[in-house]
Formats: sequence, structure tokens, C-alpha cells
Amino acid sequence: MGAKIVVRALMDAGFEVIYTGIRKSGEEIAAVACEEDVDVVGLSILSGSHIPFCRRFRELRQERQIEDKLWLVGGNIPRQDETALRQLGVDAVFPVGSPLRSIVDFIKRSAR
Amino acid sequence: MNRKQEGAPVVINESGIEIKPVYDAADVALSGGAERVGDPGEFPFTRGIHRQMYRKRPWTMRQYAGFGTPRETNERFHYLIEQGQTGLNVAFDLPTQVGLDSDAAMAEGEVGRVGMAVDTLEDFEIAFDGIDLEKITVSLTINGAAAVLMAMYFALAEKRGYDLEKLRGTAQNDILKEFVGRGTWIFPVEPSIRLVGDTIIHCAEHVPRYSPVSVCGYHIRESGADPVQEMAYGFCIAQAYIDHVLERGLDIDEFASRLSFNFDIHGNFFEQISKFRAGRRLWAHIIRDTYGARKPQSMWLRMIAGGGGGGLTIEQPENNIVRGAYYALISALSGTQTMALCSFDEAYTIPSARAARTSLRTMQILIEEMGLCDTVDPLGGSYYVETLTNEMEERIKSVMAAVSEEGGIVRAIAEGNIQSAVSRQAYEHLRKIESGDVRKVGVNCYQIDEDQPDIEFHPVKEEECRAKIAGLEKVRAERDNARVTDALRAVRDAARAGDNVMPAIIAAVTAYATVGEITDCLVEVYGRFPEPIRF
Repeated sequence: MGAKIVVRALMDAGFEVIYTGIRKSGEEIAAVACEEDVDVVGLSILSGSHIPFCRRFRELRQERQIEDKLWLVGGNIPRQDETALRQLGVDAVFPVGSPLRSIVDFIKRSAR
Repeated sequence: MNRKQEGAPVVINESGIEIKPVYDAADVALSGGAERVGDPGEFPFTRGIHRQMYRKRPWTMRQYAGFGTPRETNERFHYLIEQGQTGLNVAFDLPTQVGLDSDAAMAEGEVGRVGMAVDTLEDFEIAFDGIDLEKITVSLTINGAAAVLMAMYFALAEKRGYDLEKLRGTAQNDILKEFVGRGTWIFPVEPSIRLVGDTIIHCAEHVPRYSPVSVCGYHIRESGADPVQEMAYGFCIAQAYIDHVLERGLDIDEFASRLSFNFDIHGNFFEQISKFRAGRRLWAHIIRDTYGARKPQSMWLRMIAGGGGGGLTIEQPENNIVRGAYYALISALSGTQTMALCSFDEAYTIPSARAARTSLRTMQILIEEMGLCDTVDPLGGSYYVETLTNEMEERIKSVMAAVSEEGGIVRAIAEGNIQSAVSRQAYEHLRKIESGDVRKVGVNCYQIDEDQPDIEFHPVKEEECRAKIAGLEKVRAERDNARVTDALRAVRDAARAGDNVMPAIIAAVTAYATVGEITDCLVEVYGRFPEPIRF
């Protein structure tokens, strides 16, 4: 549900959003990001598997050559894991409770 | 809160009902009267489904638990039972919930994360080791893969020599709400309903005291629905299962008494209590008047309530202990059968032992110290509560009528209309919290600046997950694989022929076929649900 809320907030802010739906593999997401040539990739992870998932997704970014795209992660992310995610190359982490405006503002400021 | 141009402020609850500053007998009469309330244990059960309610037996305490491997979960189960818990409520990890084995590629990183990882019957043998399932009732929080996990439970009971005629317990097994919220569907909508029908019919015929479905308004509410919609959509979904089973030839009184419900508690105190009292009365009328049931038990709205994760906050998590206590009080004042209280750390992790124990103590304090079991429906007769009960009932009815006019709940869900409506509401609600129109303590008022301490997370032990996968490989190597192949073929054949698949699935799990193998057989026949992406 959080991801859908973020989608609405981004659409309201004027962005074009491709929502892949839930339960997608890293491979599927990287493929969509590559084919659609997006500016930003946002992952929503609630289960606690964000570190292994992002470790794998970093490799996929290299394989698909989409490392230039802004990489955001949101969801149920403990504060103490943010550094580890940043070290994997995540540009910003928006844990549960992040104001929607902060996500919109970050993308406007940073999109490459 | 909306304010009138002048004079006293207008108060409107989340369900859209305007709340008056004072209520009296005239309000009760105007909203539909007091004579419809009736007595506890009597139709239409507004005041409770039993005459004595908690005086005879307090609600069942059933905290949600499960993580890592079956062995770790078994330890937690024993701990909770030692602490006075009277039922179990099993959490499964996501791979299990969507029918994947622990060694599936998509399961990587998820094994044992949000619940216990289950692949074969051996895992159930370990998880319930040393627990008398004839005394402690078990609720399986499983939906997409429910038929397989229920089969495992029945196979375990059979192996232990229990009498299936007497075996009690519950499976969540409400697939329609998975399409609206939560999201652990596997098959398309129609075969998913058929599978729920198979479990209901199987239980009616072979495990008559087991509750095969717990219809969840809960997750629909958590996804953004208001309290009236929570009840209305829940009832529409329950009716979809009932209609399906009736079409397959059962009589309403053969299975309706085994349907149960799971509802949410957060938000306005009296709105929730009235929601439950209204729901109980309306459900009794639906079952008697629409379906012609004769057995009073068929008309009972039996429910689990106490949780409401959506009300908890990651900010100032200790406030969640207080919220949990109010939710428990609401639940007790509403005449629930079972409580599973949301734990204070639920906003960010699966409950720690300390958090689960605190929830358990919250309920025990109500029972032992506060006198909540002394008398039935203590709020019955309150001008406010009875008026609100009447008004909530009318609103639930009109939402149900609207769903029906638009082609019914099954179509609305398959096309994604309900999903789209509730996610829009969730967005609007969050906007109201962000703007301060809806007040949330610790979030948009009474915040504190100081750095919050790091919070305790349940550690996922990677070596345990590897051991789980190694154990699965061992079972696959040691079982009678010819028997498994035959059993899996029988599952596929039964699904293809449109027979009840439960006997074949039970035979397959008894032969130690895995959750993934059985699910794959069903996917071959039924296909997978294509998620409608709509905004």
C-alpha cells in the first residue's frame, strides 16, 4: 500500500510513473528500468529483506547498465540499516513515516 | 475536524457519521429503536453471541507468532503458552505464503523473515512438537497456499491419532481480501474461490469443528477502507464464499457456523464498538433472512479482533503499548471471541518476546484486574452506543447494496475497483495526517526532537536459513519419490477434473511433497492471477 501511495504522490507532482506491481524480482525491475529508460528506480521493501535484495540489485544495475539512474529505497527500513544501503549505492532511503513531500523534493533536486 | 462557520464545532467520525454533543432516548428511537437490540445469546445477537460471554470463559488469547525455522518458532510457541496464552496464531514467511519452497530463486533473502518457513510436513511436526493440539487451538495465517497448509495440519493431526471429528482450529484462508490488500494471491480469482470452497466442503464433511475461513475486514481496513467499508466488504466477501458453496450443493446450516471473521481495531473508540455490535446484528439477519438458516450458530458472527497495525506509529513506539491497551479494551467491550493484540513493535518488526508478552499481559490485566469479564455487553443501552450501532448498521447495508448494484464484490475485485478505491482513500488519509487535519500523537503533534534509540529487531540468522534449505534437500532425498510423483499427479488430475482437491493434497503432504511442488501442480491447471494495475 505504501508504494501505491508514493505512486499517487509522484503522479500528483507531475511525474510519469511506471508501477510494476508487487512481488517483482530484481531482474524484472531492472529490465523494466532499462527498457523504459527511466530516470529513477524506487524499490519498496517491507519484509526486512532489503539488504540481500539490494546487494543483488546492485549487480543487476551493473549488468543492465542502469547505474546512472537515481536509486531510491523505501519501506520498512530500520534506521541502523541506512548506511549499509547507501554503501551499496542507494541514493536515498525513505523509511515508513517519511513525508511524501520529502520524496518528491529529493527526486526534483537529484534526478539526473 | 470540520468546523461550522459559527457556533459549536462539528464532529464527524471516520465512517462519515455526525456525532452529537449529547444523546438521549429520542436519538435511539429515531435511529431505529432499542427493541432490535435483543438479549445476549439471542437473535440478532447485538449484545453478543453467548448468553454468559466472558463470565463463562474469557476470550482466547492468540498472539501472532512465527519466524525463522520451525524449531525457533516452536520455542516461541512454548514460551507463549507458558506465559498464559490460550491459542496459537502462526505467522508464515512470504515464500510459504505464496507457495514457494525455501530454495526457490524468488525466496532468496525472504526465508524465515516475516514468519516461519514451511516446506514439508516435517516442518509442522517440528513446529508443533510438544503441543497438545486437542487443547491449544491453532490459527494458521495463510491464504494463497491455505489449502496446502490446512492439509498439512490435518495430516499432522491424523499422524498423531487425533479424532478429526473433534479437531478445532482456524485457517485465515480468505483469498478475496488478499486481492484487495496484503497481496499473497497465487491463482486467478475464480479458481481461488473454488479452492476456498474445496476447503469449506472438506471441513464440513470431515473436520466439522474446524473453521476453514476467517473472513478479514482487517486487511481491507489496513489498506485504507473506513470502518463501515471494512464490515461491508468483509460481509460481501463472506457471501461470495457462501454463494459458491451453496451452488455446490451444501445446505447453509452445514457450514455457516464454521465461518469466522477477523476485524481491525484502530481509530475512534465508540465507532469501533458500534461497528462490531452493528455487524453482529446485520450478519445474523443476512444468514437467517437471505439464506434461510435455521441453526442459531450459523447466524453467529464469531470474530478475532484486537489488532490494528495501521494505528501504531514508528515514532515514540512506547505509545503503541498504550494504544494496544485501548484496542484490547475496545475488543473486550465489543464481545470478541479471540484477541490477537498488535504488539508495540509491530510498526517495524515481527514482535519480540518482550512485546508479545506485554500484549498478553495487557489482556490478562483486563481479565484479572479490570473486571471486563464480569458482565455481558456493559455498554448495551447507552444512548450513544445504541444510536451509533443503528447508524453504522444502516451505512454498512448501503455500502453492501452499492457493491451489489455495481456487479458484486468478485467482479469489483477482479477488475481492481475496490483496490483502486481503498488505495485512494489511504492516500487521502495520509495527506490529512501530513497536513494535520487528522491528528496523530507523536507524528503530527506532541513530537519530540531527541534522537530515538535504535530499536530491537528480530535478527534473521542466515545460517539457520541455510540449514532450512539443507533440511529440505534431505527430505526430498529420503522420501518415497515415486509415491510423491503419483500424489502430485493426483492433485493435478483432481484440479483438472474439478473434483475437490483436498483429499489429493492431504495425500501429497503425507508423502512429504513440498508446498512449492503442490502449488506448481495447481498453477499448471489454474494459472496465476495477473495483478490489475489501476490508479
